[in-house]
Amino acid sequence: MTQDAHRHDHHGPVQLKDGVVPYLMRWITTTNHKDLGTLYLLFSVFMFMVGGLMSLVIRAELWGPGLQYVNPEFFNQMTTLHALVMIFGGVMPAFVGLANWMVPMMIGCSDLALPRVNNWGFWILPFAFTLLLSTLFLPGGGPAGGWTMYPPLVLQTGNAFPFLIFAVHLMGISSITGAINVAVTILNMRAPGMTLLKMPLFAWTWLVTAYLLIATMPVLAGAVTMLLTDKYFGTRFFSAAGGGDPVLFQHVFWFFGHPEVYILILPAFGVVSTILPTFARKPLFGYDSMVYAVASIAFLSFIVWAHHMFTVGMPLAGELFFMFATMLIAVPTGVKVFNWVATLWRGSLTFETPMLFALAFVFLFTIGGFSGLMLAIAPADFQYHDTYFVVAHFHYVLVPGAVFAIIAAVYYWIPKWTGVRYNETLGQLHFWLSAVFINLTFFPQHFAGLAGMQRRVPDYAIAFTDFNVWSSVGAFGFFVAQFLMLYNFARCVWFRQGRPRVPARVWEGAHGLEWTVPSPPPYHTFEIPPRVPETEVTATHDDVDPLTHVKQHA
Amino acid sequence: MVKWKQGSRWVCGIGLIFSGAALGAAYDPGHWNMPVGVTDISREVFARHMLIFWVCVAIGVVVFGFMFYSVFAHRRSRHPRPAHFHESTTVEIIWTIIPFVILVIMAIPAAGTLIKMEDARNSELSVKITGYQWKWHYDYVDQGVNFFSTLHADSNRARQLNSGIDPRSVPNYLLEVDHRLVLPVGKKIRFLLTANDVIHAWWVPDLAVKKDAVPGFINELWTRIERPGLYRGVCAELCGRDHGFMPIVVEAVEPDVFEKWLAAKKTGQDLPVGRGSAAGTQVAAADPVSAAPKEKPVPSVAVPAVKPADLSKDELMKQGENVYNTLCGACHQATGQGLPPTFPALVGSKIVNGPAEAHIRHTLKGKNLMPPFAHLSDADIAAALTYERNAWGHDAGIVQPAAVAAARK
Amino acid sequence: MTSHTGPDRGRYYVPDPSAYPFVLTASLVAVIVGVWGYLEEKHIGLLPVLVGAALALFIIFRWFRKVTLESESGVYSPQVDRTYRWGMSLFIFSEVMFFGAFFGALFYARQLSLPWLSGEGAKSATSLFLWSGFENEWPSNGPANIGGDFETIPEWGVPFLNTVLLVTSSFTVTWAHHALKENRRNLCIAWMWGTVVLGATFLYFQVGEYIEAYQHLNLTLGSGIYGSTFFMLTGFHGLHVTLGTLMLFVITLRLMAGHFKPDYHFGFEGVAWYWHFVDVVWIGLFTFVYVL
Ligand code: HEA
Ligand code: HEA
Ligand code: HEC
Ligand code: CUA
Ligand SMILES: [Cu+2]
Repeated sequence: MTQDAHRHDHHGPVQLKDGVVPYLMRWITTTNHKDLGTLYLLFSVFMFMVGGLMSLVIRAELWGPGLQYVNPEFFNQMTTLHALVMIFGGVMPAFVGLANWMVPMMIGCSDLALPRVNNWGFWILPFAFTLLLSTLFLPGGGPAGGWTMYPPLVLQTGNAFPFLIFAVHLMGISSITGAINVAVTILNMRAPGMTLLKMPLFAWTWLVTAYLLIATMPVLAGAVTMLLTDKYFGTRFFSAAGGGDPVLFQHVFWFFGHPEVYILILPAFGVVSTILPTFARKPLFGYDSMVYAVASIAFLSFIVWAHHMFTVGMPLAGELFFMFATMLIAVPTGVKVFNWVATLWRGSLTFETPMLFALAFVFLFTIGGFSGLMLAIAPADFQYHDTYFVVAHFHYVLVPGAVFAIIAAVYYWIPKWTGVRYNETLGQLHFWLSAVFINLTFFPQHFAGLAGMQRRVPDYAIAFTDFNVWSSVGAFGFFVAQFLMLYNFARCVWFRQGRPRVPARVWEGAHGLEWTVPSPPPYHTFEIPPRVPETEVTATHDDVDPLTHVKQHA
Repeated sequence: MVKWKQGSRWVCGIGLIFSGAALGAAYDPGHWNMPVGVTDISREVFARHMLIFWVCVAIGVVVFGFMFYSVFAHRRSRHPRPAHFHESTTVEIIWTIIPFVILVIMAIPAAGTLIKMEDARNSELSVKITGYQWKWHYDYVDQGVNFFSTLHADSNRARQLNSGIDPRSVPNYLLEVDHRLVLPVGKKIRFLLTANDVIHAWWVPDLAVKKDAVPGFINELWTRIERPGLYRGVCAELCGRDHGFMPIVVEAVEPDVFEKWLAAKKTGQDLPVGRGSAAGTQVAAADPVSAAPKEKPVPSVAVPAVKPADLSKDELMKQGENVYNTLCGACHQATGQGLPPTFPALVGSKIVNGPAEAHIRHTLKGKNLMPPFAHLSDADIAAALTYERNAWGHDAGIVQPAAVAAARK
Repeated sequence: MTSHTGPDRGRYYVPDPSAYPFVLTASLVAVIVGVWGYLEEKHIGLLPVLVGAALALFIIFRWFRKVTLESESGVYSPQVDRTYRWGMSLFIFSEVMFFGAFFGALFYARQLSLPWLSGEGAKSATSLFLWSGFENEWPSNGPANIGGDFETIPEWGVPFLNTVLLVTSSFTVTWAHHALKENRRNLCIAWMWGTVVLGATFLYFQVGEYIEAYQHLNLTLGSGIYGSTFFMLTGFHGLHVTLGTLMLFVITLRLMAGHFKPDYHFGFEGVAWYWHFVDVVWIGLFTFVYVL
């Protein structure tokens, strides 16, 4: 047994030159957290592109009033699948991938706690999304009821319906197994000396995220199971005639759905809290309060769900409660924003690509947060609800929020993973194009929404034309700009011959265990847990001379 | 100290840019903002909206001011030696409490408005609104008047995929209906909102009312319109393929005009109350979306059918094509191919090509997802069926209004 | 490189690459495609379901066998043991949340939707215009009397007996645990058999209850909201009892094969936890579904 287990130590992982089949089998059967992290990230890039293409169909159709390219049914399928693909196929797997790569290297352990389960969690995803996307080729097409899957509308879905439900079940299993794995790793596998309050914030945010996932994905599974039985087995959960209520589904869905949006953003907070100190060359301000803030956000996220349902006709007391609770979330989130700014304050800032994305995150996520707070004001939400104002809100928190954080993280860690630098000039260009286009895409949507354009429509009144033209131009620009990044990363991963290797500590301001192992790290790291030196973790930075870098270049 | 001065200059500069953008956003006449509306409540809602907006702008100016100042002044070339501080319980407490206080200050008026909005008591007129895929049904509960309201035929033609019609040439594209909801000004009107198939949402921005129409339940909401005018809205909850094509038009008129309209409606007439009528003069001023060209009263989908005599095949086909494309085509498509499996093709259908009785009955009663169309006139139904029976290469004879009338009995 | 023989306490056991997870997913997808065919009447036959299910069961069996062998061969350090403890607790937590969704539906129907439909509270117009005359009482199949009149299972008959059975079985499994810790293996095995039998008896009675409900009480999955919540809650619970009983059975066989030590037996404990969880859910069910 043991002998088997350690076989790979002797001669690294199987390479392509060892044969195609063994190479494929390596990826299919791997239990290595770095392999699985890579798989997760590649999968997520693929899904981002698929979801991005779908958003381009949406934006192309919305380029002008009237129907030009697709019929309304297909448009709705695009909206629905765009959201499901981006959220469950893009952002979540990307963060799980980052956790796979970085959590063990940050807390000093050899792998995730349950490596085989880890493999299962990943390999469910390609199957689940094949099921989901195959519905586009079924007669009747894919699901078109919105990613929120409200009955009774979603029950009108044709052939695609069972695949939609089972795909959600599979994604649920994947997320739950992944989350259990990360949580157990963080709770049980920290190296000696790595106490909870010394962990990097990325690990902290992931621990909390894992709890959110474990608590809410089963609820989503329950909700869609009720849809399934309502459609095929005669139950009446969501039909008034039988004593149920369509709105019941919305409660169950959003009990999952609201924590879900924090699942999408908490790891992003962790990434930003890691990157800002590095490039400010100054420790994170208010570490403890950052941890408490994350925990409070997670707690509050369970008692605000009905802010998505202010218009369903809840009793007044419910509306008031959910309004107040939702507004409260701004407090811990504000604490985080303030701490980030305080981290920058009087630091010594440089603006490499990861830093640029992280700064844009702070700026643009906060704008998204502000519009969120506006939505929380129930009487005003009656006007905002189901308009493009909401679409603008959540894309601000999701794209320049979650997606920018993912991009920042990959720029930040890819030299560590591959041992070579990305091209900084291209990176900067990619940043500026992305930043400009993303605002061009989503800022006008605020105005379209306020002026009265409702969501989920393939066509609109003439008055909204200008906003939509800008938005579409921005969307195409943004999408195209992403190829700069993909090329840049591909260079690091596949075409790195003959380029200078980076040192273990890639960024001179970076701290943490991951920077103590070589770049690229060996296939297995920290098989024997390291002893955690005090300074590495609390990162008071006494060991860094901020001028080293300058001197070297001088 | 020098630094501080520079810092404040930056903060002010960025602040100015932001407030500039914000001002532009708030007061640009080109409808970049939420409408102020024409009710007490809508003005209050607008005020809440602007309050929270300005609070966010103010906080943004401060936070981003500090951030960009730091980006500028603490970049390495200007500030090579970073400070080391990384903790202060005092500031953490301060910046927890200040936002909290701001939020409390905002929550109080918001709660007040909300409480008012939810109080539908003492209404003077009740209208029951039922959402269908994809039209609205209005029922003046105590008046015995009720009718359907669907997308106006002009918009409907233009919005078909590759229709070849420029939407810009259609007045009030997607925001006009065949039968408007006529309401009196100055009265507290209660809406009883429900749906027949899936969830819809009834939204008229100028009245600041939006609520979901949930099948099997009734939600209440109310309004008191202050000024006569045309107020346009849309269905705001995804309700299937034509969710974007079920607009709402409220026509608010003086109570006496309303009474006349109602009386006429009871006898089956559609009294035009739009532009040109007593209330019409004020209409354009209050119309938010369309600084429209000529508003003219909209005829019903087809010519109102008081023709007792048989119609010729040509007449039936012509009117039928219109009815079909407006109503049936939503599901069965202009091509008659439907959208299988949900919406069956009519081309080659046994029912369409079979005995007329079954065809008529099917259309009057509906089946499963197909709604009943008994509210249409005999002539409209006869025309639509005739069209179905003779279009797309069919040759199954014509249907006369009399046959429909007979089937109704 | 440290010694290659015996457990290496300093090193966390990282298993070999494994094809089990991939094949497991593939077989589940085969089942899904088959079920899709059934639900959407595509007549693709039973084959994918049977093949998929058989393959899935086979993989699950192999996977657990592998874990068992690893455990028994002593490669697991105490840290691995703690991993399984955390893992199992979190898994049970997720299960609790799954049941939470259905309990939530039950409470919502009873506290909100039925009162609203009958004209109580904020939605008086609902009953006035749509469901006049409908009274809020429990059990209910809703204002349209979906599925027709039905009767419910009297709670103090079989359900109460089942409560006694399950609670007793929670005790017997605990006694088995104590026996194991005191290294009285035969006693332990005896208690375990007792537990398995209690679980199986519970299931037997539940099946009888379902037959009674369908054949004589006209209480079905289609009996409005009562039937929906009743069968979904008790059904998913029954599924968990089935799984739990199977797991207890396997553990018992493993005990008989000499597995587990007085101080090292998480496989045993994990299943016992699961069994307690099933028991607690049942108490909730008995209270909220049957009695109240
Ligand atoms: C990453 C995802 C993410 C995040 C982080 C958030 C964050 C927030 N969201 Fe958002 N939201 C979504 C994703 C997200 N949301 C999605 C996907 C939807 C639509 C789903 C659908 O219908 O399809 C949605 C919809 C949505 C609605 C429903 C709108 C509607 O349909 O009518 C509401 C209403 O309250 C809301 C509120 C909020 C609030 C208050 C926050 C807060 O957490 C924001 C807090 C942050 C700040 C406020 C900024 C920083 C704070 C300061 C600088 C401190 C000082 C500030 C003040 C005191 C003002 N969101
Ligand atoms: C994370 C979630 C996410 C993301 C990233 C996006 C991205 C985009 N979205 Fe969307 N969107 C949603 C979630 C998301 N969206 C949701 C939940 C809805 C609601 C659906 C509903 O109503 O049911 C919605 C709806 C929605 C609508 C409204 C549709 C309607 O109401 O009918 C529109 C319209 O413009 C739109 C546009 C876009 C555009 C142009 C982008 C562009 O930003 C896309 C551009 C491409 C990328 C962002 C990929 C770039 C990233 C990479 C290449 C990978 C990098 C990764 C690594 C290196 C690991 N989206
Ligand atoms: C909301 C969508 C919708 C609209 C609008 C609609 N139908 Fe249908 N129609 C359906 C559906 C769904 C069916 C299938 C019913 C079933 O068998 O379950 C159907 C079936 C039919 C059939 C029978 C076809 C067959 O061969 O089985 C005829 C005929 C028909 N509709 C005529 C009409 C006419 C005439 C109109 C307009 C006046 C119309 N439909 C409008 C949804 C619609
Ligand atoms: Cu009706 Cu949307
Ligand atoms: Cu939310």
